[in-house]
Amino acid sequence: METNGKMAFSRRAFMRTTGLAGGGMLIGFNLFQACKPKVKLEPPVDLSKLQYKDFNAFIKIAENGVVTLFSPNPEIGQGVKTSMPMIIAEELDVAWKNVHVVQGKLDTENFDRQVAGGSQSLRHGWDALRQTGATAKQMLVNAAAARWGIDASECTVSEGVITSPTGETLGYGEVVTEAAHLEVPENVSLKKPSEYKIIGKNAQNVDIDEIITGKPLFGLDYKADGMVYAAVVRPPAFGQKLVSFDATKAMGMPGVLDVVAIGEKARKLIEAHPNLGGILSESDKVVVVAETTWQAFKAKEAIEAEWEDDSRMESTEDHDAELNALLDGKEFNTMREDGNVEKAFAEADEVLERTYEAPFLPHNCMEPMNFYAHITDEKVHLVGPIQTPAWKAGAVSAMLDRKPEEIELEMTRQGGGFGRRLYGDFVLEAAEIADKIRKPVKVVYTREDDMNDGIYRMALKYRIKAGIKDGKITAYHLKEAAVNSNMYGLIPNFFPAGAIENYKVDAAAYKSNITTGAWRAPYTNFLAFAEQSFFDELAELLDVDKVQMRIDLLKKVDAEADERIQYSPERMIKVIETAVEKSGWGNTPSNVYQGFVNYYCHNTHVAEVADVEIENGLPVVKKVTCVVDCGIVVNPLGALNQIEGGVLDGIGHSMYGDFGFENGKPMASNYDRYRLIRMKEAPVVETYFIENEIAPTGLGEPTLPPAGGAIANAFKAATGNRLYQQPFSKFPELLKPKEKEIIG
Amino acid sequence: MPTYQIDVNGTFQSVDVSADTPLLWVLRDHLDLVGTKYGCGIGQCGACTVHVDGIAMRSCSLTLEQVKDKSITTIEGLSEFGEHPVQQAWKEVDVPQCGYCQTGQIMTASAFLESNPNPSGDEIRNAMHGNICRCASYNRIYRAVEKAAENMD
Repeated sequence: METNGKMAFSRRAFMRTTGLAGGGMLIGFNLFQACKPKVKLEPPVDLSKLQYKDFNAFIKIAENGVVTLFSPNPEIGQGVKTSMPMIIAEELDVAWKNVHVVQGKLDTENFDRQVAGGSQSLRHGWDALRQTGATAKQMLVNAAAARWGIDASECTVSEGVITSPTGETLGYGEVVTEAAHLEVPENVSLKKPSEYKIIGKNAQNVDIDEIITGKPLFGLDYKADGMVYAAVVRPPAFGQKLVSFDATKAMGMPGVLDVVAIGEKARKLIEAHPNLGGILSESDKVVVVAETTWQAFKAKEAIEAEWEDDSRMESTEDHDAELNALLDGKEFNTMREDGNVEKAFAEADEVLERTYEAPFLPHNCMEPMNFYAHITDEKVHLVGPIQTPAWKAGAVSAMLDRKPEEIELEMTRQGGGFGRRLYGDFVLEAAEIADKIRKPVKVVYTREDDMNDGIYRMALKYRIKAGIKDGKITAYHLKEAAVNSNMYGLIPNFFPAGAIENYKVDAAAYKSNITTGAWRAPYTNFLAFAEQSFFDELAELLDVDKVQMRIDLLKKVDAEADERIQYSPERMIKVIETAVEKSGWGNTPSNVYQGFVNYYCHNTHVAEVADVEIENGLPVVKKVTCVVDCGIVVNPLGALNQIEGGVLDGIGHSMYGDFGFENGKPMASNYDRYRLIRMKEAPVVETYFIENEIAPTGLGEPTLPPAGGAIANAFKAATGNRLYQQPFSKFPELLKPKEKEIIG
Repeated sequence: MPTYQIDVNGTFQSVDVSADTPLLWVLRDHLDLVGTKYGCGIGQCGACTVHVDGIAMRSCSLTLEQVKDKSITTIEGLSEFGEHPVQQAWKEVDVPQCGYCQTGQIMTASAFLESNPNPSGDEIRNAMHGNICRCASYNRIYRAVEKAAENMD
């Protein structure tokens, strides 16, 4: 079976076992070390000296046979708290119902990839998690075999019970204490996919009972003795800074304990680490500390603050003009160049050029940003929802000049992430407040704070130009103009890279004082719509079948010859062909209009077909057929949830997501003026997996980008109008069918 | 600050809060009933939904003055161990992704099915349209409401 070969590791370096004082066995393993073979971890000579800090994930097997798995990665709704332990349990060969899963803590000292992001948790964990489970199982079998005085190969195992050739049995719990003292074996064998009993079967969310009964799981639910609440008065507009404030009225309000200004430590941190300037305001902020959340929120409104303009006060029209100037200009960072596009355009019979535009987007996690901090002379204790615990613990350590080992960070379950909780500006805020007031404190954002002090998906534009010569696409030039930052380096090697002889990707950025960052499927969340709309238009111009054109392009790609190419043409063609079959592409009733998209990102291949019907004179998305090749599907029940959520999120934001600025001030601050997709707008999603035995890849992001393109292409089929700007709901005239379509 | 007696999950509770304090924050900060979630504070998202005399209402937009003579049920009081048919349907369908909005969804669905035990598909969609799920687990929410209606028969 294929493994993620680039992530090979030595078992000796990443796994240790020890007996537990109360009986049982603790297996520590270093999940992310396993991905970074360059980092050396010296094996402790004496097992009793096993240190918690050497590992970031653990399996505990108790003498009663119960298995507890400490899952290292942050859970933001993507399901890794369920799926990662499933992989260990499979190779360990225990019954899933006997497994308890606990969120692991952060180890700031040794590791730096304890991250939820980029749909990478499963992909990176696959080999290490399987090896860990299988190694632990082998040790338990070795212990049983030693007790019976037979060879381990004579034993069989099923669901935590070891059986000898004569029919004697021993449960894992009965041999676990002996097993803990055995040598860690090398070269254990892994199961074949056909032997899987847990992987590939539906497993419910491990927190389901706590979620449906409202147990305290999330950061906002966390409480500690003596904890107070902080609400923060932030600059009302990007580009402004605090001049002065009057807290007299607020200090007299019920429950208010203190009003303080923060910002000095954040500025020092930015000075030392300028890259943090992109996510942190340099202005002072006013913090109201109160006994309850509501008291803090109310008193915050009573703060009289004076602000001054400190840099350019930007509006949506400014961003529009700046991005247009970049696209029209000549200053680009060329990210990939094959052949000579300029020459090919000069020689072309026809040239098609289109520009696509997208606004800023807030993340809008349902659980607003919040974090708990308690700082004493001895310790910095941080608790809450964060996608990048290690990075943020390091920043707190630098900001407060505290030793890394003094920092303890615990992750809670997270009410959505979508990229927003990668940044942890709220962690730094909580730490600066807690350091100042020296009380256990939780900073809580109001929804308005959350939407208006965001780290947004940047506004961006794509201009795509293609040249046609003798009925063939000979040149393709993609230009990106974006606020603050440009696409990451893998994207220029996605489709259609490798399929067109003269190919170029250029990028340019306008530096803004509005904070921007990753938003679920960064860049591709809009690029997929642009490119896939463009392909459809190219096919119309060439008068060829839209799907066949994509397949023909893919057949030209020699991915073996160009190691930069990220996608597999064969896997892509397979998802396309399956989508054609499952969606009834080209064979639907006359009242159903379809739009087709195939896309690769985050290591997963996807095709989506949107079905649109006209209801009351307007196009309505009724169904999306989604075909996914993510390799082995670890937990189909969770995978389907991610896929459906991604498709609907993609539809929702391309339809409704609109966020602009006027003189630095966001034009929406809550759900009365910012529209998210709701139930009545959600079409049916039919999902099909490509079955294979390839190592699994993630699903948190890959189905989102194609959705906007699929519905735009279907709207074109239904209305005759092509859409070039998101959100589509902003252009009601383009969502009405052209007159001839109605008559026809 | 005035003292209010409120009936939450069948128990009378006494709280001292200013008159403008929303029920949401009394539940969360004073009574430790954190299953009722803060999402928007303006009655737009439904994460804070509770039952007031059996009717689904947004606790972020209710003051104690408005609920002092009424019976309030939160997710913690919907059933003792999560055995309410709506909770069981949520589990059976495995609805949640991040899970944050789901208690509010369950409270909306349970009040709705109480008043309309055999809803049509459109009635389910209308009833649930006011609750935002940012992870967009809408199709599973729909199936869970359908299933709960079947199981409540």
